[in-house]
Amino acid sequence: MPLARKDLLDLDDFSSDELMLLLETTSAMTEILSRPIRRVPTLRGKTIVNMFYEASTRTRSSFELAAKNLSADLVNVSASQSSVEKGESLIDTMRTLQALGADMLVMRHWEAGAPYLAASWLNASVINAGDGWHAHPSQALLDLYTVRRHLGTIEGIKLVIVGDILHSRVARSNLWGFGALGAQIVLCGPPTLLPATLLGAFGDPPWLSLSYDLDEALADADVVMMLRLQRERMAGGLLPSAREYSARFGLTGQRMRRARPNALIMHPGPMNQGVEITPELAYGAQAVIEEQVTNGVAVRMAIFYLLAGTAERLA
Amino acid sequence: MNDNWLIQGARVIDPANNLDAARDVHVRDGRIAAIGESLSPADVPVIDAGGLVVAPGFVDLHCHLREPGFEYKETIASGTRAAVRGGFTTVCSMANTEPVVDTPATVAYILERARAAAAARVYPLAAVTQGLDGAQLVEMAALAAAGAVAFSDDGMPVADARMMRHALEYSLLVGKPIVNHCEDPALAHGGVMHEGLTSLRLGLRGTPAEAEETMVARDALLARRTGAHVHIAHVSTQGSVEIIRAAKRQGIRITAEVTPHHLTLTDALVAKSPQTEVGAALGYDTRTKVNPPLRTKADVEALIEGLNDGTLNAIATDHAPHSTTDKLCEYSEAASGISCLETAFSQVYQLARDGRVPLATLLSKLTCEPSRAFGLPTGTLRVGAPADVAILDLAAAWTVDPRTFASKGKNTPIAGATLPGKVAMTFVDGRLLHAADGYGVFDESGVSDESAVRGEAGQGGTR
Repeated sequence: MPLARKDLLDLDDFSSDELMLLLETTSAMTEILSRPIRRVPTLRGKTIVNMFYEASTRTRSSFELAAKNLSADLVNVSASQSSVEKGESLIDTMRTLQALGADMLVMRHWEAGAPYLAASWLNASVINAGDGWHAHPSQALLDLYTVRRHLGTIEGIKLVIVGDILHSRVARSNLWGFGALGAQIVLCGPPTLLPATLLGAFGDPPWLSLSYDLDEALADADVVMMLRLQRERMAGGLLPSAREYSARFGLTGQRMRRARPNALIMHPGPMNQGVEITPELAYGAQAVIEEQVTNGVAVRMAIFYLLAGTAERLA
Repeated sequence: MNDNWLIQGARVIDPANNLDAARDVHVRDGRIAAIGESLSPADVPVIDAGGLVVAPGFVDLHCHLREPGFEYKETIASGTRAAVRGGFTTVCSMANTEPVVDTPATVAYILERARAAAAARVYPLAAVTQGLDGAQLVEMAALAAAGAVAFSDDGMPVADARMMRHALEYSLLVGKPIVNHCEDPALAHGGVMHEGLTSLRLGLRGTPAEAEETMVARDALLARRTGAHVHIAHVSTQGSVEIIRAAKRQGIRITAEVTPHHLTLTDALVAKSPQTEVGAALGYDTRTKVNPPLRTKADVEALIEGLNDGTLNAIATDHAPHSTTDKLCEYSEAASGISCLETAFSQVYQLARDGRVPLATLLSKLTCEPSRAFGLPTGTLRVGAPADVAILDLAAAWTVDPRTFASKGKNTPIAGATLPGKVAMTFVDGRLLHAADGYGVFDESGVSDESAVRGEAGQGGTR
């Protein structure tokens, strides 16, 4: 069964069936990655452009490896080396990519919505690799995959997302993905980074709630997802200090005891150890943070594979 | 061009003179000669306006004609052509041109260009501060003498409260209003849309309603202190309406305008999918980007209430034409503004059709009330006044197609929408400068005079 979409921009309009298709396909890709030779010819002759308007190590290399594992031709463009620096508009860059015959575009952009603009101008598939504060669907998919692998299901689990929810594309996409598959989600953070109106923005679903008390939020949690605290939040007047943030919202061994015994600890990275999470937890038995990175490659292979199937069918 | 007419059998609505009745209108030498029942002057072309509404030509207190400096976005010629197509016979042009309208020479330039090329009457505003820098007042006396009807740094707020105080005080010298675009820059913090559910969902930086409201409150208090007249541009929030209402009750000299888009659209539109060349894009339609931003349903309701109870004096378009490339980019990068002159009447007529605002109230907000707010002589069908007239077909519906706009700005978020009420014809100084397709002019013998009239109207050209 192919994915009947040209683009992957967010998970907000994905059905549970579509999400399950992506997760099942990811399992198949994980199997490929366990082989001695981890390369298949599936996307031979396809050109994938990695276009990163914002710095990234893990997401970019993850997409790059995924493309190479599928034998696609990959072009890496970072905004600093491209004509973007010379003032070329996004639309003109898109026209150029179209003319060059790109089949897929992986785009990271600091502006929310930029990949949507690209998708509306390109015949190629556009994959959103993170747009501003808005969405990061491949991250959410790899989070779903990681949790499902450990807990067997998403349905009925309690997920706590902790930190700067307001500015987090990871949190937003995870809300859609985990919500669609039946998780209970608690958002936790200080009010300046977690406005109460956020619930309404997602339609006030019964599976979504909010807490300003991490200890309370962690009770019986199955999964704890810590977000990175950006240093600029202090300069921006949103927080008094990293110290106070850490005292109220940092994940410690003692706090973690309120969660279920084998609860998973996740982090999209990069971590501020000692601020949002202690090193002991980050590298402890409950952490699946490095596995998230590993699974990211398989998830992105699945995304490429499924979107390519659609493009071929359309051609 | 002919400036003698008999407009026959119309429902004449002239809020300035409390008239709403079936009447004939006789125009002679470009002026209203008579309004009465069964007029029959000799030898004038007759317009059969049975079933149509005749109103004073509309008065727009707030539009951007972009000339000088941004002629690629709009010119005085194209903007005023758009105006008469929308029923507007008087437009007040904003000062954020290049150069900024902060010297008498620039005012004179605009008036000269208007004399040469404008279809509608153009009344320029001048800036409040030199170069819109917020730091030094313009020469208000010299600018008023040159023809500036009000002062505004529109596009930018007068952010410094002390500067605003002095601008208001100094304006007492010339008796013209200070028009402020109310937006506290610190609270707005680079927001690109209304801060609310949609901005949170889309991950776009929002501008809270309070960015506008705190400055409206500040300006009301400063108007109270100084006794000067402050006019609040493009009111967009419920809180602003409440503050202005309370200020008026206190007798503060405050007037206010509201745009057709803030009266009819909400921020939810930013997340709506426009059709594009490749397929449906998912929201982030830059044509919805406007400053102040589209707000919520509750704000829309409060603005309608403000129109009905007199808190808001005028419907102004904030016509802000942009070139296609100004809008073809990331949402945050896109220029703010909506090309509004050609859709304004039909947008707000929806409110009358739906029984939300009485038609006479709506027309007063488009005619005599804005004229009164800025002390303009227009917006009335008083006998002897220049015959600036809009003929409206309330029964007609039409589909917004920006490609047909006379404005160079094709930027409207309601492209493709079907709207009720059509501006059938527009006269300035008794000259027919706009006749929509299908609205002809017939002389007494019943022979169509349409082609001759169309030919002239198509030139734009006068006034």
